[in-house]
Amino acid sequence: MLEVQNLSMRFGGLLAVDQVSLDVREHEIVSIIGPNGAGKTTVFNCMSGFYRPTGGKILLDGKEIQGKPDYRISRLGLVRTFQHVRLFNRMTVVENLMVAQHRHLNTNLLSGLVATPNYRAREQKALDRASYWLERVGLQELANRDAGNLAYGQQRRLEIARCMVTEPRLLMLDEPAAGLNPAETRELNQLIISLKEDYNVSVVLIEHDMSLVMDISDRINVISQGRPLATGTPEEVRNNDEVIKAYLGEA
Amino acid sequence: MVAQNFRHALFCALITLIIAWPIMGLKLTAVGTEITVVGASAFTWIAVALAAVIVFLFQLFRDKVMVGLGAVTILDRLADREPLPDEKRLRLENIGLVLLIAVALIWPFFVSRGAVDLATLVLIYIMLALGLNVVVGLAGLLDLGYVAFYAVGAYTFALLSNYWGASFWMALPIGALLAALFGLVLGFPVLRLRGDYLAIVTLGFGEIIRILLNNWTSVTGGPNGIGGIPDPTLFGMEFGRRVKEEGNTSFHETFGIAYSSEHKVIFLYLIALVLAIFTAFVIRRLMRMPVGRSWEALREDEIAARSLGLSRTGVKLSAFTIGAFFAGFAGTVFASKQGFISPESFVFLESAIILAIVVLGGMGSQLGVILAAIAVTILPELAREFSEYRMLIFGAAMVLMMVWRPQGLLPMRRRHIKLKAGG
Repeated sequence: MLEVQNLSMRFGGLLAVDQVSLDVREHEIVSIIGPNGAGKTTVFNCMSGFYRPTGGKILLDGKEIQGKPDYRISRLGLVRTFQHVRLFNRMTVVENLMVAQHRHLNTNLLSGLVATPNYRAREQKALDRASYWLERVGLQELANRDAGNLAYGQQRRLEIARCMVTEPRLLMLDEPAAGLNPAETRELNQLIISLKEDYNVSVVLIEHDMSLVMDISDRINVISQGRPLATGTPEEVRNNDEVIKAYLGEA
Repeated sequence: MVAQNFRHALFCALITLIIAWPIMGLKLTAVGTEITVVGASAFTWIAVALAAVIVFLFQLFRDKVMVGLGAVTILDRLADREPLPDEKRLRLENIGLVLLIAVALIWPFFVSRGAVDLATLVLIYIMLALGLNVVVGLAGLLDLGYVAFYAVGAYTFALLSNYWGASFWMALPIGALLAALFGLVLGFPVLRLRGDYLAIVTLGFGEIIRILLNNWTSVTGGPNGIGGIPDPTLFGMEFGRRVKEEGNTSFHETFGIAYSSEHKVIFLYLIALVLAIFTAFVIRRLMRMPVGRSWEALREDEIAARSLGLSRTGVKLSAFTIGAFFAGFAGTVFASKQGFISPESFVFLESAIILAIVVLGGMGSQLGVILAAIAVTILPELAREFSEYRMLIFGAAMVLMMVWRPQGLLPMRRRHIKLKAGG
């Protein structure tokens, strides 16, 4: 479904990503791991259109999408979360989810001003979808709180829900377990598997929590210093000498 | 503690003296052809000294005074009240709103002409502030040149009537649309800018418009302005003593009542009232529509908004355009009210005052902005008795306000959305 070919990203003299390739098939969880500063988030930023890659191709269903503006890529169904949660803090939880569904709503000014049946129906449908996902991530009680006032773990879950209401094909999660306690990480684990199993979403995951990565990934890509180091199933990666040397077994 | 406060208190008292001494104590008086400095009366000196002592004592015992104020239980009880249940509150608000509009409709028939005139001005500022609230309060784009769109609206009417004899009702939509167009045009170059940079560019834009109006003498009359802007008519009925335009009738003759110059003032007030209500209503709806939500999303986090598929271009331009549209509305009414406009009415201070209204009222909050518009317009009028201290009082009120309630008079309250149980 998504194919990244020889992706390179250069910032002035610094080659942050060098010839990284990666492919994601339908219905699959693919992880990107690597030491801090390896260029994982840069790969994400290229894939989601925040950066225009300096080399290589990104193909979605065989069509090139590299260099397209971020909001267009998101409309193609590639939606991401952020390493540091980015919510609309002074808007309520429901409003956060409504903003995300912009594409599904009737945005015609006139039909909104006179509240045509079509406008109201779409608005209601969006509310229902928001309500569904709030229940799914256990935030229904907090629907009308300001998003900025939620606890950290709740904010993480809201961010994922906000991606899911857009009905994406591919979800890119940037360190979703960072700052979560073990119980919350287990819940997240369940949630991500369920996204794949029940909602037919492919997931690309950047994560430092090895137990999470090894548990749920179908395939893992290891990057070190911007270069691809290894790729394969969790089992293969775990036993790869290069990986152990560069990343896991340094101590 | 007290010893620590002592120096601070002394300093504050000294500052009070330094400020009050020349302002209150010295007067310029014309003696023949010369101007001499005259000291004020003994009473003023005593008052100044007294003020310094009060400041000193307050600062010295500040902590205790504040604790004392905090212990006033009535205030606490007011603040700690249970919030009303949503439905009840909504009903109360609706009743309040209807009453308010009814009073606003009837009220001008019982008061003086000057009061109605002032009220019309208040309504114009309400329209302006509500429009700017979209740009600054909701979309979070600091616009310091908002008055430019106001000027576009006013000059559109003035020029149309001057050159093509357009009436108020024809100019109203044209003025608003033209202002909106200017908003759109300004929007493009500033799309990538945020915060301070945006503020400076919009400031420049505001000045360009004013200077253009000032110097394009052949068309706009330059600093002499444009006069003879017609009053609005009611279904072809004019409000003057004599009918100016062929084919129109006059209001007092049609209804067989005595001519009164007040009719015109009241009529203009009513037009402004209807337009202000229209503005408030439309923006209120917009806030709850997808476009309103995307404005706020962009203000809160541009990167997240884009990652969810919102186009920065569309959202920013819509905010600028809609904000400018209502400024154009207000400008047309203003031109009609004054009958004469010149670039002097559209200086930067005007932008600053409108911005102050939005900030004082509470960014994003419509009711707050309306209250602030009333306060900011009427306060200088009430303080007229203090003549030269007027702006001083005005400034002091703003400083106090920002210290007391930095979030504004009535901060925006988020709408409670009820979800179906069980989804």
